Amino acid sequence: MSTAIMARGLTRRFGILTAVDQLDLDIPKASIYGFLGPNGSGKSTTFRMLCGLLKPSAGEVRVLGHDVTRDTEVIRRRIGYMTQRFSLYDDLSVDENLDFVAEIYGLRRRDKRGRIAAARAEYRLEDLRRQRAATMSGGQRQRLALAAATLHRPELLLLDEPTSAVDPQSRREFWENLFDLVDAGTTILVSTHYMDEAERCHRLAILDHGKIAAEGVPKKLMREIDAAVIEVSCDRPRAAHHALEALEIVRSVTQLGSRLHILVDPGVSDPETGVRQRLADQGLSAAVERTAASLEDVFVAATRKPLAQAAP
Amino acid sequence: MKALRRIRAIATKEARQLARDRLTIGMVVGIPLLQILLFGYAINLDVRNLRAGVADHAGTAWSRQMVTDLQASQVIRFTTQVATPVELTDALRRGEITVGVYVPEDFERRLADPGRPAAQLLVDGSDPTILNVVSQLREMPAPARLPAAEAPLFELRNYYNPERRSAVQIVPALIGVILTMTMVLFTAVAIVRERERGNLEFLITTPVGTLELMIGKLIPYIVIGLVQVSIVLLVGRWLFSVPMRGDLGDVYLAALVFIGASLTLGLLISTLARSQFQAMQLTLFIFLPSILLSGFMFPFDGMPVVAQKIAEVLPLTHFVRLARGIILRGADLGELLPEVRALAVFFIVAITLAVLRFRKRLD
Repeated sequence: MSTAIMARGLTRRFGILTAVDQLDLDIPKASIYGFLGPNGSGKSTTFRMLCGLLKPSAGEVRVLGHDVTRDTEVIRRRIGYMTQRFSLYDDLSVDENLDFVAEIYGLRRRDKRGRIAAARAEYRLEDLRRQRAATMSGGQRQRLALAAATLHRPELLLLDEPTSAVDPQSRREFWENLFDLVDAGTTILVSTHYMDEAERCHRLAILDHGKIAAEGVPKKLMREIDAAVIEVSCDRPRAAHHALEALEIVRSVTQLGSRLHILVDPGVSDPETGVRQRLADQGLSAAVERTAASLEDVFVAATRKPLAQAAP
Repeated sequence: MKALRRIRAIATKEARQLARDRLTIGMVVGIPLLQILLFGYAINLDVRNLRAGVADHAGTAWSRQMVTDLQASQVIRFTTQVATPVELTDALRRGEITVGVYVPEDFERRLADPGRPAAQLLVDGSDPTILNVVSQLREMPAPARLPAAEAPLFELRNYYNPERRSAVQIVPALIGVILTMTMVLFTAVAIVRERERGNLEFLITTPVGTLELMIGKLIPYIVIGLVQVSIVLLVGRWLFSVPMRGDLGDVYLAALVFIGASLTLGLLISTLARSQFQAMQLTLFIFLPSILLSGFMFPFDGMPVVAQKIAEVLPLTHFVRLARGIILRGADLGELLPEVRALAVFFIVAITLAVLRFRKRLD
């Protein structure tokens, strides 16, 4: 069996709100699978259903070959879950937290010491052994959380926005750790709202309002984007932004510093001319050229809005 | 085996957190000290319908008339009739009655003698309020008694608290009040706090079982509870010379059962409350009736039936009876078995409900 997670029609409703709507997932083993989406797109809710914290309102999920709602306890021994918010104990030290987790998972005594020492070395916690979690930096806490989540060698690791409180340098190192884990055969499901992180995943699902808007290998998603991407460089980007938004063929405009990324319906022939014409009409001088799509463009094309505006 | 290790892991973790929480540690020692000093003085109120027993050795029309008159005073209510004064003191010690009336064989002759009391009132003086009220019965007019009699109708025998010191009554029951306050509160916030801090979301995705989690959390507090019992007993002894007439082991056993009942009550609150603040409100909701209805402040017998029914459900009521019985009346645990049983039942019901209420889910 090569899929770690299989879901069909996975749905979760909270009252009248449908947080996760008819999700189908096939997540291959020993790879990193990303969930990209704004807050409220259903990422955390999906994670919670996958580890049995929430019961699906409808649909079927199999995690590591087991039915989540029936074999919850079996699955829980085989997965690691890193919550969005730091969920170890603030008032315990690194060693005390790791020891607690090792005992809870019932690691054999002779394995315990070795595994904790290995985790400390792997996640650079050696100098922090007696430090309480409350006094550590975001990056250090995140390393501790990952060390704790992997101590029992789970086959599947669920990471819910693991890098939201972490500086860029720590994020890079964190991803190195993730690739090491995948190399050792672990399947990782990670949610993020950073484009650069999403690009690093083997496969990716773009979530919007509880639905999958696009799914696939990041490179392929960018190559096969359902829109033409035009880059406009211009010294009055705001004015150009407003001018182009009114244009019929333009689906969306995203500003990146003094540049604009414009998504145009794919059927339009020679959209650059239309854009140039419109800018000239408004007395704006600009360089207009077709460009390769970024993941942000893929996101915008799939959800018809930029990530920053997608949050409800 | 793994379950035991998980329970131990939870208990160790909880104890470490406790040791680092200075406010809580302060409460462990501070609350008993403060309370015992605050409640050094008793509050006296009117009392009615005290349970009473009678041993009538005279058995004459006049002695029966006197018993009827006593009943009519409404201060006491006869529930038992026994043959000898020894049986009266036994019932007194077991807590079945709080007042005993002993009518001697020569009752009629004594009635005619203005210099001598005609009968005896045996009073459980471990509650001074009761003692005050009953002592007023001494001067009750009786048939064939000369109005000018120098001696009162009854001779009063004050059992268990001859010096009539309120501290003696307060301190044993205070153990229960302090434990109710601290034990319920500590565990009431225990699970809510983990939920609020986000720890629970991690914890419930681990293999730890609900019962393991609950028991692991209780263990450190059991130790704390026993420490508090010791503080109150020691301070009671040093400052207020509270006697220890029963077996010290019995006191700790009774306290242990009561601690168990209080802690599980707290856990139950913890599974009901959504925030630490709500947990504290709910604790107060339990604490006030406990103090007012348990017999700690006002004698149980004097309360209306509805209040008595409510009081029977509260663990503190049973512990107050146990503590006074063992410490002041020298009763052993066997004689007070119904109270122990009530606490044990409470413990089992509360922990069952808590485990059922707690789901390893977020919804």
